[in-house]
Amino acid sequence: MSPTKSAPDVSPTRSAPDGSPTRSAPDGAGPAEEPRHLDPSLLLVLTLLTAVMLQGPIRRALAAPVMQSWMTVFVAVVVQALPFLVLGVLLSAAIAVFVPPSFFARALPERPVLAVPVAGAAGAVLPGCECASVPVAGALVRRGVTPAAALAFLLSAPAVNPVVLTATAVAFPDDPRMVLARFVASLLVACAMGWLWHRLGRADWLRPPSRPVPGGRGGGAAFWGSVRHDVMHAGGFLVVGAMAAATLKAVVPAEWLSAAAGHPVLSVLALAVLAVLLSICSEADAFVAASLTQFSLTARLAFLVVGPMVDLKLFALQAGTFGRAFALRFAPATFATAVAVSALTGAVLL
Amino acid sequence: MNRSTRSTRNVRVRPNRQAQAALLFLLGATVLHAGWTDLHLRYVKAGLRPLLLLSGAALIATAAATVWYERRHAPPEHHPEHHHPDDLPGDHHPEPRVSWLLALPLLALILVAPPALGSYSATHTGTALQEPLGFPDLPARGPLRLGVGEYAARAVYDDGRHLRGRPVTLTGFVALDGSGTPYLVRMTLNCCAADAQPVKVALTGGVPPVLQPDSWLELTGTYTPRRTKDPVNDGPVPYFEVTAARPVPPPADPYDDTGAG
Repeated sequence: MSPTKSAPDVSPTRSAPDGSPTRSAPDGAGPAEEPRHLDPSLLLVLTLLTAVMLQGPIRRALAAPVMQSWMTVFVAVVVQALPFLVLGVLLSAAIAVFVPPSFFARALPERPVLAVPVAGAAGAVLPGCECASVPVAGALVRRGVTPAAALAFLLSAPAVNPVVLTATAVAFPDDPRMVLARFVASLLVACAMGWLWHRLGRADWLRPPSRPVPGGRGGGAAFWGSVRHDVMHAGGFLVVGAMAAATLKAVVPAEWLSAAAGHPVLSVLALAVLAVLLSICSEADAFVAASLTQFSLTARLAFLVVGPMVDLKLFALQAGTFGRAFALRFAPATFATAVAVSALTGAVLL
Repeated sequence: MNRSTRSTRNVRVRPNRQAQAALLFLLGATVLHAGWTDLHLRYVKAGLRPLLLLSGAALIATAAATVWYERRHAPPEHHPEHHHPDDLPGDHHPEPRVSWLLALPLLALILVAPPALGSYSATHTGTALQEPLGFPDLPARGPLRLGVGEYAARAVYDDGRHLRGRPVTLTGFVALDGSGTPYLVRMTLNCCAADAQPVKVALTGGVPPVLQPDSWLELTGTYTPRRTKDPVNDGPVPYFEVTAARPVPPPADPYDDTGAG
């Protein structure tokens, strides 16, 4: 697939050099029809130096309280997610380079219908938040794991691992059933989405991630190439997601929430939407849910189930890894399934 | 990018390997710097520090490996003058332009280093005071130094049992709500600043006449049973009877480490 497809927009910081007319091509050395390339490294240096020179005006422009808290939340989301992203990227590179495809063929049941729950349960072994699971799921698909199973893993890993479940238990000391409900509901949604993909999914929605083929190169080169590619790729989308989350955090007024809290159906939907907008990492969302005391336990369960599976940051990451056509279909379907399953689980267990 | 000659004649501004290595190195160095100093405490919990340092080192290692393999594997004809740019052996898949966005958090951290969340967020978010599991014993008499969250929890949910009739010292920053009511606030973090929530204590008594929002104060005073409601979420807000106020520099960890739960 052409790489232009995956490049939706130009960074605002760089639009000026991009469109600048300074590229007067003629040059003694090269042939006339061969344009000089604007050296990206040079561009990076120029951008950084310009920003350093203009730091006084930039700081003044950002001094408004809204801008400051926007920046703080933006930086916080990136700083929080980056270590987990790097962890996931290292793991996914190790899977992609050092684990032979035959391993997954043996480890997973041959029939996709059975492979889905096995992969979903295997999500319990990846301790981390959702940023780590996206690159790992991408590596699984590349390693020949059936997409349905990889997607079940993608959804379940951030929600059912021991770290997240422990955090949930700590956050809800009075309601230990919350942990069970979260585990059951998340696993159910992951399997349901895996089976749904198996029945309805089409391979052409899923863009196989483009990457340098490690043809003939050693393991080290392939490993670091994969790490570099994934960090650059997913990192860019992480920044997009962080910007969206910071904007919504600054814009959405808290009063709307208390208005929705009283209504049983509306409260579930409100917290599910809030989980999407806030994009809190799955290791922390339990504490936030615990503080939303005006909402019912079922509504808070929806918050905990939806958050690790669909949010702005994840959507951007998924679009970057699997393609926009995939993310546009997968995220809404997951959202609907997650809300329905949490409502049911909440009715039964809580 | 909408010129007719799209493919080769355009300026290619996708980051090539060298630019990627530079970006990765800078990002890693920034993360290391933030993790090494107290800068990260403005954005995330102290517990993330080892992971930050590790990921910073991993990013720098990736940058180094990129340069290393680029030099070792670059064939001699690796020059744009001789080849169609898209045929370059080492450059089959230039990263998308969205990768450049990684420069944004970099710049934000290096140039601006935005401050920890302050009075703006505090006045726009309801107090996150929650009933704690229990109240550990305090020293029976003498002055007390408490976190804002702990004072608020003991005042609201323990009727100030151990607080009555003794001097208490609190440290936090000043926030003024829409009607000018002064609060002493400390934000609490669970994971990162995106989930920060304030715990507020309303001030009465010898409040300094001029209060600058976001300025840090060390207040000494006494417990008072008076309560009010947070204008944002109707959460309980206890009062604090101030007797003395002293401006202090912001602490290294600006967030309340007792946590909201």
